[in-house]
Amino acid sequence: LRVEWRRSRSEVEGWIWGRRSASSAAHQKVCVVGGGPAGFYTAQHLLKDVQVDIYERLPVPFGLVRFGVAPDHPEVKNVISTFTQTAHHARCCYYGNVNVGTDVSVEELREAYHAVVLSYGAEGNRSMGVPGEDLEGVYPAKDFVGWYNGLPSNRELNPGLDCETAVILGQGNVALDVARILLSPIDELKKTDITQRSLDALAQSQVRRVLIVGRRGPLQIAGTIKELREMVNLPDTKPEMVASEFEGMAEALKVIPRPRKRLTELMLKTAVDPPAEKERQRRQAASRSWGLRFLRSPLEVLAGPDGARVAGIRLAVNRLEGTGDGSVAVPTGEVETMDCGLVITSIGYKSLPIDPAVPFDPRKAIVPNSLGRVQQAAGLYCSGWLKTGPVGVIATTMNNSFDTAHSVVEDLTSGCLDATSAKPGSTGIGPLLDKRGVKPVSFSDWEKINQEERRRGAAQGKPREKLLDVEEMLKTVPLLGRGFLM
Amino acid sequence: PCVKLLYSWKHGYLNTALLWDCLHPPPQPAFAEQHPSRRGNPVTVHFVNRDGEKITAKGSPGDSLLDLVINEDLDFDGFGACEGTLACSTCHLVFSEEVYEKLGPVTDEEMDMLDLAYGLTDTSRLGCQVCLTRALEGMEARVPESVADIRQTQDSSS
Repeated sequence: LRVEWRRSRSEVEGWIWGRRSASSAAHQKVCVVGGGPAGFYTAQHLLKDVQVDIYERLPVPFGLVRFGVAPDHPEVKNVISTFTQTAHHARCCYYGNVNVGTDVSVEELREAYHAVVLSYGAEGNRSMGVPGEDLEGVYPAKDFVGWYNGLPSNRELNPGLDCETAVILGQGNVALDVARILLSPIDELKKTDITQRSLDALAQSQVRRVLIVGRRGPLQIAGTIKELREMVNLPDTKPEMVASEFEGMAEALKVIPRPRKRLTELMLKTAVDPPAEKERQRRQAASRSWGLRFLRSPLEVLAGPDGARVAGIRLAVNRLEGTGDGSVAVPTGEVETMDCGLVITSIGYKSLPIDPAVPFDPRKAIVPNSLGRVQQAAGLYCSGWLKTGPVGVIATTMNNSFDTAHSVVEDLTSGCLDATSAKPGSTGIGPLLDKRGVKPVSFSDWEKINQEERRRGAAQGKPREKLLDVEEMLKTVPLLGRGFLM
Repeated sequence: PCVKLLYSWKHGYLNTALLWDCLHPPPQPAFAEQHPSRRGNPVTVHFVNRDGEKITAKGSPGDSLLDLVINEDLDFDGFGACEGTLACSTCHLVFSEEVYEKLGPVTDEEMDMLDLAYGLTDTSRLGCQVCLTRALEGMEARVPESVADIRQTQDSSS
């Protein structure tokens, strides 16, 4: 009886909501596809003027803030409070567990809403395109990060960590994060929201040496100083650099802007300067090591005697043509081999097309746009990495999303978009999803999942223990999908 | 921080404790839990927003500039995303040379994040790391553009 009362009460709420939305038909309705930082920041800006519905494929929101940011960087995740505030806005509705492209098409969304913003990011990987890439023991960084961050599709990755040396291709912040997680003392990691499964695997890991390899030189590394400093200061590890790779850097320092200069100075200090006595002793006592290697591009991943697992990587030696950011790596013809049992490719994420009706540039792997307006598609917009490519920190995405939202509002108010005719919004999409057996997860449903994760984490002294399975997430929510109009 | 200031005045020694706290804030949100600054000794700050408008606010000594923006509900888009934990550069503010000199030394940790700020200048600081003191009375802080205004240069092709 109590259950029935609750169900009918939420039906009434839904009816009230429906009525409220209908009476404020003056509010134009915009749909955002993707519940990560781009989606939430776009929504935050749009909410000043319009009704916003956010659709997210997973039951849980926040995208890379949840699945990309390293577990030992919890402060970076503080943006979640802003996103939560956004989701609680009277004009905002979150619909998780809805896969745009398969559960509902972009065309159907465009019919139901005045504007649609695609903010679904980059779920693919750039591949090296070399032989041996498919050998056991070779993983895209995105999958490795997804594994330790509890992304359901990377749950079964089970990377082999029973080798001494790991080679990471790429020198951006993702590469530095992976190196740090591979070499961090377990006692540090176990206080974070890293998944228990990966924590257990890392506790058994035999990896003692991580080499982070880039195509170009020290002045071109894409990582930033905070992450490099974390490697330099990582307990029980020592740097293993090749001083000759830094020849000529001191001269170059004189003419570069401060951010690049400080980063290069830190590298030089670590690689070339003789350490102070205390640091020398610390390095001597360290059981693990890490190093940067430059001017190397992968040619082939080499298998061991079994022919199935990686045992090494063959690299082309490069020289640089040009200087600064625009310089290009050119092979010299020389070749080198590095022994290793684990290869992680951290050479970039890549957006994928999710719906054939949406223009997509396969070369740049973005949706072609101008200021967030998708070309040749009125009423369709994009924000975040899908708009610019997979580069930049959360603040970059924030600005890029605000810009797109600005374009949307401009078009709605200028009459560029037909914003005067009423659109059904979620009342149009709800019945479609219902018919297709899709059960959307509301934001308050997510809050129940959140509570459960925190409860499980508290038992282990961690901020949360993430649920790794979509089914398990859905089971946590009572009366799932009881009323689409939340 | 406000309480510490009063304590050290009572005992007459230099308030290095407060200075230290301001320069090395503990890693937690910099929101002031106490009521907005209508207490004694307010410090006036003039913010110049991205539209060039001047917005005047009063804070208490010891409050960071981020605290002030939050407490006074100043509407700077995206300001203080990481809540004062040195994990972003969105509370980037620009000062005159004169004011900058009075703001005290910058830690490596702040510099590391400041280095990522768009439009970095030699007189830039992160608002969450700058604490108000009486000496800063009437200071001006400019909120810089967070991204190039490409509307002027962009044409219809991407």
